[in-house]
Amino acid sequence: MRFGENGLINFEEMAAIILFAIGFTTLLFNRNLIKKIIGMNIMDTGVYLFLASMGFIFDREAPIITDGVTDADRYINPIPSGLVLTGIVVSVSVTALMLSLTVRLYEKYRTLNLDEIYMLSHNRGGKP
Amino acid sequence: MIDFIRNFPFFSIILSLCCAVTTFVLPKKPARILSLSLFGVCMALSGATLLRNLYTGEGFVYRMGHFDAPFGNEIAAGLLEPACALLFGTVLFCSVLAGKERLLTDIAPGKERFYYIMADLAHVALLALCYTNDIFTGYVFVEICTLSSAGLLMIRGTGKSLAAATRYMIFSLIGSGLFLLGVIFLYGITGHLLFPQLHETVAEIHAAGTYAVPLLISAALMTGGLAVKSGLFPFHFWMPDTYGTATPSSSGILSGVISKAYIFLLLKVIYRVLGTDVYFATGAQNILYLFGVCGIVIGSLSAIRQTRLSRMVAYSSAAQIGYIYMGIGLGSAAGITASFFQIFAHALTKPLLFLSGAKLRAASGGSDAFRDLRGAAHRDRGAGLAFAVGSLSMIGLPIFAGFIPKLLFALAAMDSYGKAIPTLVVLAVSTILNVIYFLHTVITIYLPVNTQPQLSRRRPDAAFLVGALLLVVINVAIGMHSQPITSLIEQGLSLFAD
Repeated sequence: MRFGENGLINFEEMAAIILFAIGFTTLLFNRNLIKKIIGMNIMDTGVYLFLASMGFIFDREAPIITDGVTDADRYINPIPSGLVLTGIVVSVSVTALMLSLTVRLYEKYRTLNLDEIYMLSHNRGGKP
Repeated sequence: MIDFIRNFPFFSIILSLCCAVTTFVLPKKPARILSLSLFGVCMALSGATLLRNLYTGEGFVYRMGHFDAPFGNEIAAGLLEPACALLFGTVLFCSVLAGKERLLTDIAPGKERFYYIMADLAHVALLALCYTNDIFTGYVFVEICTLSSAGLLMIRGTGKSLAAATRYMIFSLIGSGLFLLGVIFLYGITGHLLFPQLHETVAEIHAAGTYAVPLLISAALMTGGLAVKSGLFPFHFWMPDTYGTATPSSSGILSGVISKAYIFLLLKVIYRVLGTDVYFATGAQNILYLFGVCGIVIGSLSAIRQTRLSRMVAYSSAAQIGYIYMGIGLGSAAGITASFFQIFAHALTKPLLFLSGAKLRAASGGSDAFRDLRGAAHRDRGAGLAFAVGSLSMIGLPIFAGFIPKLLFALAAMDSYGKAIPTLVVLAVSTILNVIYFLHTVITIYLPVNTQPQLSRRRPDAAFLVGALLLVVINVAIGMHSQPITSLIEQGLSLFAD
């Protein structure tokens, strides 16, 4: 099998990787703190899409037993969904911490531009 | 009793978690005592686990909640896991104890307990990273480690420390994002998350020759993510700001143990998930070697250019992390043994330098510029001595712990094809550079001049002396009796490989 042959079948995974790349570059290169945080969330969402599409099996149901059917062939793979849930919890807490840092920095320096914040924080006397 | 000890890793993790929650309702002093005693108890638990495994000669796997493989979560302890847990606990204990004076002044009144909560949570994450046998649990605790270390950094609340914490968070998030994607790729091609099953499936996939590209991408992403997080060159920019502005206990904890925990996880991934054969077949170790070597030279050169002590010590961390990756890059068991020894030596030395550096700074009127530090060791003798010991260990003088990894790196390099000459040259150059900046600093602080006559000698600080003495004693003990540690690491690595 050649590399990339399955591109069209795996379009969900491709979309996920594109999302990841968009988020990653935003987090790395954008100067605005809020946009960085948005980038981080896009990056994480890309990973969740990747996971969710990996666990999905066509023509099957969510793994919740409603009518007494316990046959595993009826349901999709629940483990990736569990991983997505865990990942969401992690990314929510990271987002909260980053936002609280952003609030503190904005109160001090009245700007969201990270480069300006560095310049300002290094120019305020000798006090670190 | 031997069987009961199997519970100890789990006990130490859950105990740290309970202490972190309890600390919320405690006032300043009890919170501090609870944290310190927690580290002490966990050190004893890790020590007992280590002794048990040394005695029985084998590791064990502990099923959480007694669920079997595909459903349950596991923790595993061989020899290196409890040894690293013991090391991390000791360093946390010494750092929090010895940095007491600055913790009192750096943290706003009423917020002290938050520091100890963060220290406890960092301890939870470190222990879990040591013991976990599940790669997704590894990811979750990598993030918990990141969050708690950001908490340790921003506790001072000054603009500089907040900006440094933000920068640290951004680099860390990039690292953990890459690591997570690598984990997901690996899960996609193997369908497992527990290390033993992953290892088995990866070996099958590698033998069959299928999924070669995804496997390579996954290995590269996990390596890259953890390398970014641990501050490998060229991702070391955040180090000087971060370590230079934080309270010294935090600098010690972050540079001493947190960055090492990520490297330990990487080594676990190399040995227990991918397997050394598969990993070294990807060639990733050559890239790590290159960046490690560059990190050693550039970190040291940047350290020489600094005019302030804390930034110099921070840049030297970049160089020391480079050594560890250079050892991994040698691609042999001997190289990784040397890397492990470097983890031990650096974790014990760097907090000592940060903590004593802060005391010297306090003895020099609050400035750590080299011109103000002249004669500082005479104003604070304990700190001066501790700094001198740390510096000599960093340079790699025999009888101190820092000497042994350099020797082991040189010996490991002899057996590696094509990397022997560059490794030896880099070791020689870096030792000279280390001598230049560390010995220069030691001479500066011991100059018999008093440029600041208004500064008097400082009263000895018992908490600092106890913490620093403990670090110095362990440092010298390891340096003088390195053979047991080396054979422990070798045995541990062979248990890893099983």
